[in-house]
Amino acid sequence: MRLQARPASLYAPPVPTLDLPAATEKFALDRTFLRSAFQSMLLARILENKLSSLYKAGKIVGGVYLGRGQEAVSAALGTALIRGTDVFCPLIRDQAGRSAFGESLIDCTRTYLGSALGPMRGRDGNVHRGRPLAGMPAMISHLGAQIALISGMLFAKRIKGQLEGVVGATCIGDGGTSTGAFHEALNLSGVERLPMVVLVTNNQFAYSTPNDRQFGCGDLVERARGYGFRGWSVDGTDLLACSTVVSEAVRQARHGGGPQMIVAQLLRLAGHGEHDDGFYVPETLRVGHYGQDCIEVAMRQLMANGITSADEIRLWQEQFAADVQRAVAQAQQEAPPDPYREDWTALSTRFPINQ
Amino acid sequence: MSVTYIDAIRAAQEKLLREDDRVFLYGQDIGVFGGAFKATKGLAAMFPGRVFDSPIAEDAMIGLAVGAAIEGLRPIVEMQFADFSAIAFNQIVNQAATHFYRTGVPIPITVRLPSGGTPGSGPFHSQNMEGIYAQYPGLIVLTPATVADAYHMLIDGVALDDPVIYCEHKFLYRWLKAKTINNEHLPIGQARIARPGKHATVVAYSAMVHEAVRAADRLQADGWEIEVVDLRSVKPLDLDTILASVARTGRLLALGEAFPWGGVTAEVVARVSEHGFHLLDAPPQRLNSRDTPIPYHPKLWASHRPTPESICEALRQLLSF
Repeated sequence: MRLQARPASLYAPPVPTLDLPAATEKFALDRTFLRSAFQSMLLARILENKLSSLYKAGKIVGGVYLGRGQEAVSAALGTALIRGTDVFCPLIRDQAGRSAFGESLIDCTRTYLGSALGPMRGRDGNVHRGRPLAGMPAMISHLGAQIALISGMLFAKRIKGQLEGVVGATCIGDGGTSTGAFHEALNLSGVERLPMVVLVTNNQFAYSTPNDRQFGCGDLVERARGYGFRGWSVDGTDLLACSTVVSEAVRQARHGGGPQMIVAQLLRLAGHGEHDDGFYVPETLRVGHYGQDCIEVAMRQLMANGITSADEIRLWQEQFAADVQRAVAQAQQEAPPDPYREDWTALSTRFPINQ
Repeated sequence: MSVTYIDAIRAAQEKLLREDDRVFLYGQDIGVFGGAFKATKGLAAMFPGRVFDSPIAEDAMIGLAVGAAIEGLRPIVEMQFADFSAIAFNQIVNQAATHFYRTGVPIPITVRLPSGGTPGSGPFHSQNMEGIYAQYPGLIVLTPATVADAYHMLIDGVALDDPVIYCEHKFLYRWLKAKTINNEHLPIGQARIARPGKHATVVAYSAMVHEAVRAADRLQADGWEIEVVDLRSVKPLDLDTILASVARTGRLLALGEAFPWGGVTAEVVARVSEHGFHLLDAPPQRLNSRDTPIPYHPKLWASHRPTPESICEALRQLLSF
């Protein structure tokens, strides 16, 4: 079924006219897509609330950085991508996108809780996890650095003749758009006209720095034209709008439309990390439009359109809470990495002589 | 007919492109133009779709290479000058170098750094970055000094599963010639005795190997027999060969063209002091460039880096203990 989504403004630079195939069933904004995206939002919120509690109880190794308030657009992207075909490098606030793309809960809890069995084996933590060979590279902390890496994965697929129908996606915040790495990678991706989707979540604050100390252009989407990307703006608190815009941008990238940049406006409904109370966020923003919780908005939207019901949501909540509890309990029972059994080598090459 | 150092680098890349489908070349002006130093001359025409001009974006160039490596390819990235790899520093040391340790997925990229000074090149086209990269875990740093090593170490480096920083010296590009590319070569990680001797050991690498041999030839007239060790790779560092040489001579001069604070020569002296203190008959010495940016004027430049004269002087002092 087709839904009436809130109209999303489309900033359309003069890219060549595309003869795109009509939206296929897979990418139409349909019931299945919305249910799936919403479930990922809900799962992410429940998981992150648990991580926050564990952090406050001193059970987490390292910091905890939440995606609270960013779930709608992140989940929309993860849902629009195809695991096993596409490549996706999530960033710090993309638990919802990770879940939607198919990352298992246990990969997350093992990493946060320091289990040696997690994908990072205690060698890296929290949001720096990934499974590169499964199409989900692990971010480094240097913002923008992962964009060119996704470009490179797509570039390699082109060389191998395996790029047809593939999309590469990654996320960045308003602060990350100020880096040289962001500029270099977007420019390069524009040069190569890669099937790339860069999602910029403008949550108004880079740690504590507001937009007016971060960039001088009026709206970050204006940058898209300069890089040869198609630019899209969307209200990041609105799941229907996010789903419409993101799935269309992904569809265009997938079908020869070239690189796409989506700028989602929203507010981070948490501190930078759980150590930060976000005192610098003015009350006017908190009570304004972008201060609304995208999960509550999505619930209202989906129930009003008959896509789900309060009872079903309650069932999902119970199920996800149990799933999260199980993943946490399992990771907590597992041994931490053992420094005496660690091989302490950074190279895969074993040289016969001393190093 | 002779082969220069840069001919060897070009020939190695041609062989790699011909024999390994996973290899592609990426860099500024390396396509039709053939590279600022012609290290890729003609390769774009010979291998369509395998040799790519990049935008001036060193950070993104390495980021792209890392992504391509995850996809199973073996990119060779040409930095136009080693100095410009400073822009790519983050991608090299934080993305490429940490990747295998963090994720278990190795990153077989090779970054070619046209390194070192030539007369008139100035502060930003003359630098030696090997010490900086060697400091980071997860990188292999190669510094070939001969035509054969330029060829074989590039081929062997691309075959390694880890990120390789391949420092090729611009001064050697056309000055250094060999009759042919010798097929016999040592494996990566093994140093070479470039000149045997018994009174003192000079540990050098890259272009400084040749300056050390010149200095040693001069001291021969005074009856001194100086041994010159060519490290070939600064990481891994072949401490066994260094210690064996110091055991023969009892004296060590570590020689490098890089800036004097820290770096490869400091590492060599530190390791020999730590593991071979009992072998030393004199305090181990270091000789590097001066502690200023690299000057533009050839007269200043020639006195900035170690020369056969300054190496002889350092060796005479070492031998006087």
